[in-house]
Amino acid sequence: MTPTQTVPGGARELISFRVNAQEFCVDIMAVREIRGWTAATAVPQSPAFVRGVINLRGAVLPIVDLAARLGFESAEASDRHVIIVAQIGAQTVGLLVDAVSDILTVTDDVIQPTPDVASDTARTFVRGLLAIEGRMISLISLDRVLPSLELEAA
Amino acid sequence: MDPLAAIRETFFQECEEQLAELEAGLLAMEEGDTDPETINAVFRAVHSIKGGAGAFSLEALIRFAHVFETAMDEMRSGRLAPSPDVLKTLLRAADVLADLVRAAHDGDPSDDARSAALVDELKALSPDAEDGEGGEEDWGDFEFTPVGAPDAAAPAGSGWRIAFKPRADLYAKANEAALVLRELGRLGEITVTLDAGALPLLPDLDPEAAYLAWTIDLAADVAETAVREVFEYVDGDCELDIRPLAAAGEPDSSEATPEAFAAAPTFDVAALIASVQSTAGGAASPDLPAQSPSADPSPTTPARKTEQAPAAAAAAGATIRVDLERVDRLIDLVGELVINQAMLSQRVMEAGFARASNVAMGLDELEQLTREIQDSVMAIRAQPVKSVFQRMPRLVREVAAMTGKPVRLITEGEGTEVDKTVIERLADPLTHMIRNAIDHGLESPEARAAAGKSAEGTVRLTAAHRSGRIVIEVADDGGGINRARVKAIAVERGLIAAEATLSDEEVDSLIFMPGFSTASEVSDISGRGVGMDVVRRSIQSLGGRISIASRPGLGSTFTMSLPLTLAVLDGMVVSVAGQTLVAPITAIVETLQPKPGDVHGLGGDARVIAIRDTYTPLIDVGLALGYRAESLPAGQGVALLIEGEGGARAAILVDAIQGQRQVVIKSLEANYGQVPGVAAATILGDGRVALILDIDTIVAVSRGADSTRAEKRKAAAG
Repeated sequence: MTPTQTVPGGARELISFRVNAQEFCVDIMAVREIRGWTAATAVPQSPAFVRGVINLRGAVLPIVDLAARLGFESAEASDRHVIIVAQIGAQTVGLLVDAVSDILTVTDDVIQPTPDVASDTARTFVRGLLAIEGRMISLISLDRVLPSLELEAA
Repeated sequence: MDPLAAIRETFFQECEEQLAELEAGLLAMEEGDTDPETINAVFRAVHSIKGGAGAFSLEALIRFAHVFETAMDEMRSGRLAPSPDVLKTLLRAADVLADLVRAAHDGDPSDDARSAALVDELKALSPDAEDGEGGEEDWGDFEFTPVGAPDAAAPAGSGWRIAFKPRADLYAKANEAALVLRELGRLGEITVTLDAGALPLLPDLDPEAAYLAWTIDLAADVAETAVREVFEYVDGDCELDIRPLAAAGEPDSSEATPEAFAAAPTFDVAALIASVQSTAGGAASPDLPAQSPSADPSPTTPARKTEQAPAAAAAAGATIRVDLERVDRLIDLVGELVINQAMLSQRVMEAGFARASNVAMGLDELEQLTREIQDSVMAIRAQPVKSVFQRMPRLVREVAAMTGKPVRLITEGEGTEVDKTVIERLADPLTHMIRNAIDHGLESPEARAAAGKSAEGTVRLTAAHRSGRIVIEVADDGGGINRARVKAIAVERGLIAAEATLSDEEVDSLIFMPGFSTASEVSDISGRGVGMDVVRRSIQSLGGRISIASRPGLGSTFTMSLPLTLAVLDGMVVSVAGQTLVAPITAIVETLQPKPGDVHGLGGDARVIAIRDTYTPLIDVGLALGYRAESLPAGQGVALLIEGEGGARAAILVDAIQGQRQVVIKSLEANYGQVPGVAAATILGDGRVALILDIDTIVAVSRGADSTRAEKRKAAAG
């Protein structure tokens, strides 16, 4: 569902970021923009990982705290945090992460399948693992990040 | 969408416009409008629908439109008088035509029995008319008043003498004279005379040259354009002369004959048209040449026409069709501009610029400009209420026929403009109110006579702009609300206590209560399980209010006040547990600061507030939305008294009121999803998102929450 950038040689580009000292990446074609943290308006009766909504040039953008969504302890958001604005299907969603680190150009064969682990989070979001310069980077799928999308998928 | 489907869609859109014009014209004629242009407009509308239907092979539609058109043709030729009975039939025919168009659009089967019945009625109106293709392309015949107009088109029963001499080019282009003659034969009886005088002897014969000519006498009462159309494909490749049979014998009877006409018995058609058009002052109407070649080309006839042409053009106006999505995108962008401008102003003020500084003054100008842009953009979406008002005459006719009450509908302010979405959602409540006005509001003709009123009841539908809102009124001159009966029914249904003392207004408002219906027997018209409470709810969902004023014996007036647009909303900005929220002002009846003694606990977590000795449920918004776990201590905060669905009152408690503001409505669902208790979002001047409260849901949920809790307790006990 996530569009894939076709770079010559069957490679694609991924954007990597840090959440709670772990590194993750998503397909760069899903990313619309990257912006600094701004205070969000809380939304009632929302899951704990939804930080609220912010104004993105006139559109109402929900902010998903990726740390909380991935099962870590949610961090106190500060100016150092970054929001990755991503397109998931027809919706635009902001992902709150600690920092954006790199843009990776990889071919599909570099992506290793996710090893069988007990963690629900891993099974729900992690689509594969990359070993880049000794670092482990998890490729995550954005399809199930928002609760409503999750409902639709179910 | 494939191109054909798109064209088809355009055809149906245009059909709607034609149907509206058709009905408007017939109604004007019913009112006594005898302007030939009105009759002609009606004829044109039917004709256009028929023409378009032909292109899409919508057989049922074509057949009916043809009969209808024939009847209209009879009327505009003066053979059928526009009597009230005739017009009633025509109006019903218009209704059937509208149904057929819709059936064709949706691909539904049409109601053949009904249209067949009307076909018979229409045919009865025009027994003499030829049921052929006679009136087909009768565009040029502007002969409405045969009396005193001897100079107009050919008299009935005459025909045309056509001199047709093909040139070699005609055959070279693979046309065939015989086909043309056969086509002419379809218009009526023809007498063809072959002139083979030019035919050389065989040795001299050039096989590719043209030697034959024909003279055709066409005995059919058809317009010249119809004849010319036959020659459409050979035009320019032949010598063609068409003139009325009667005039053909004496071509030089009039000295004022245009030169082209007098010059030669045969001439170029294009030259004739050009000459005639220049005679008529170059008028744009293509109909012009049609009547001029009749024996008298006196300029008065075309002049009369040219006066009419600009009027018709002005009515059409210069409009373009724009995709609604583009307009909405523009409206969105302007909304962002307004927010941006507000943010900029706020920042500039925070930066400490003086009010009189150049920057601040420039910003003021920017603000004015953005406001103007916003208004203009909103005006694009605005449409006259006419599109919904014009559906009502038909409804009135049908309901009047069903109830047996003669009714006259008067509409005013059809040109009043309001947002397209509002118009679309206005149709249902309005339909219901008009039905009610006739069924319940108006008395029977006998009762009216007894009360000294005219037998014909009047329903008045008006629209007007009033202080930034649109006010729509539905008034009847019936008996007014029978308050004693309304109260008795309300008591009987347990809506009010038997001993309650209510003001007249309060009694009238009882009809908006859910489950209230005053008709003792459920009638076919109003008794469809929807009452005035549904009307009220749909009006409220549009951010509107509805009220009733009734005078016994004189009638009732329902007044609806609606916002002009659904893109902005008048809101009260409030704070709740550190959050800024917006409450729609339309729901708020009053605001008050409760004293500690006014708030009482009522079992469990429920609390009520005493407002002038009436206990009203008090809902803490912070608690309802989960912003805090404990409700505000009694005596703190501000209570907003609101009137929800079905007129039920409740008070919602907020921490403080920040002020009133018009806010731009933003969807929360687009990127996130529905949130219970939140209707939408908006962006405030500081650039932050504020949620707009859905007060009805908050009230309903807080009630529902109590009952579920009680049920759970019951379940636990059992």
